[in-house]
Amino acid sequence: MTSIAEQFGREDWSRHTPKQKARRFAIFAVCAAVIAWALTSIEVVWAWVWDSPTQMGDLFGRMYPPDVSNLGAILRILLETVNIATIATAIAVLMSLPVAYIAAQNTTPNRATLWLGRLILVTSRSVNTIIWALLFVAIFGPGVLAGIVAIMFRSIGFIGKLLGEAIEEIDKRPVEALEATGASRFQVIAYAIVPQVMPTFWAVSILRWDINLRESTVLGLVGAGGIGIILQGAIDTFNWPEAATVLIAILALVIVGEIVSAFLRRRIL
Amino acid sequence: MLTITDLVKRYGGGDPVLKNLDLTIEGESVVAIIGSSGAGKSTLLRCINRLVEPTSGSVVLNGTELTKLRGAKLRSARRKIGMVFQGFNLVDRLTVMENVQSGRLGYISTWAAIMRRYPKEDIRRAYQLMERVGIAHYADTRADQLSGGERQRVGVVRALMQDPDILLADEPTASLDPKTSEQIMGLLRDLAGELKLPVLINIHNVTEAKEYTDRIVGMRYGRIIFDDLPGKLDQEEMDRIYSGSPHADRSGDLQEAS
Repeated sequence: MTSIAEQFGREDWSRHTPKQKARRFAIFAVCAAVIAWALTSIEVVWAWVWDSPTQMGDLFGRMYPPDVSNLGAILRILLETVNIATIATAIAVLMSLPVAYIAAQNTTPNRATLWLGRLILVTSRSVNTIIWALLFVAIFGPGVLAGIVAIMFRSIGFIGKLLGEAIEEIDKRPVEALEATGASRFQVIAYAIVPQVMPTFWAVSILRWDINLRESTVLGLVGAGGIGIILQGAIDTFNWPEAATVLIAILALVIVGEIVSAFLRRRIL
Repeated sequence: MLTITDLVKRYGGGDPVLKNLDLTIEGESVVAIIGSSGAGKSTLLRCINRLVEPTSGSVVLNGTELTKLRGAKLRSARRKIGMVFQGFNLVDRLTVMENVQSGRLGYISTWAAIMRRYPKEDIRRAYQLMERVGIAHYADTRADQLSGGERQRVGVVRALMQDPDILLADEPTASLDPKTSEQIMGLLRDLAGELKLPVLINIHNVTEAKEYTDRIVGMRYGRIIFDDLPGKLDQEEMDRIYSGSPHADRSGDLQEAS
């Protein structure tokens, strides 16, 4: 039996040609150069970096033991934080439905609505929650309302985008079948499209609630309500023991949120 | 009665898929349309209920010209045309009852449909038909839990729920095993007789076509070149229907067909 190697005298093989190898090396070198340039262009005070372990120990020393005298107020405002996230998610989910509908190529009424839908999605997604919050604090004044609206604005793009993609990926055959029965546009949506995107709808809503819970904890830093306000106050007044309590409370909240959303995902999906 | 006159369908700027096609379906006969892939069988069926827009020609069902209808008038005409699909085209995540009732969507309000509040007579009719085809015990089962044959029965019942004047079946048995396939063909034939319903079936299996239908229409690349009783379909006719290539037929070799 003659193998290909014996027949053609070939016993060397390489995945890339020399030209490809050179190109891959060049790409790697460019990436390394960019990172090196980025590192040198930021001004790091190295003395502070070497000093950081001492500073960290010092901070922990001042934080310990955490001060729980204000725990009642902290828990109350923590609940407010949860409420901000939940209300904002609920409203955003409802508002993202029509946006997803017009942003999906297969359901949008015409090109104008398609671009309108995409514009809403991009605008909402490209602005960070904190930036939205700064904007709405300026409009509504400091407080919970600004926080809710900020989170809502950011969430509409996220949910709308993922839901729109789910609509574009549905099986079109049931849609054709229901059109053939003489069903109206809305009936086709209700019977052929909605059931198919339901799993995505729940998964995305739960995921966004989980994300919003975290984001609502920092809204207070710009005055948009939630636990961040207390944290900001504690740090500003060098009340480190209370700041420690707030940080632990936030950590606990995030873990609980994670557990709840994992549970919901298992139950619903 | 369904009368198709001078029907042409051209996709884009290419050669027509249907070439000046004439066909009349009378009474409650079961008609099989045979022909190789690309002959235009599916396009013909879809031109009737306008899932595909005909380029020109006329399709008249019981006195209604279907090709000119738009909007609500098109929808109410479609209510009277049942269709069964090769891939069943059920909504997998809905129950069998919801799938069956979706055949009534053209008759009930959107609100009633969303709230799943179906009229009592529709529910009674659904149970009767499901009983008739042997799937009544699956009413509350999700459609994706059923086997292929059962799913196609749901498809048939959904079409019959429309109270149609004609039933179109696009390769209804092509996704099924041979035995199930014969059951479905038998069911279509029997239901056509019981409900006094003309049935138009696209089918690849010529043996089944001969056994279960009253009339066979043979298509070859956009034209009807055979239209007679199943007994008249001999080997010579078969060769004529299934021979040739689409390319040869479309580019000038048209003497025998015209």
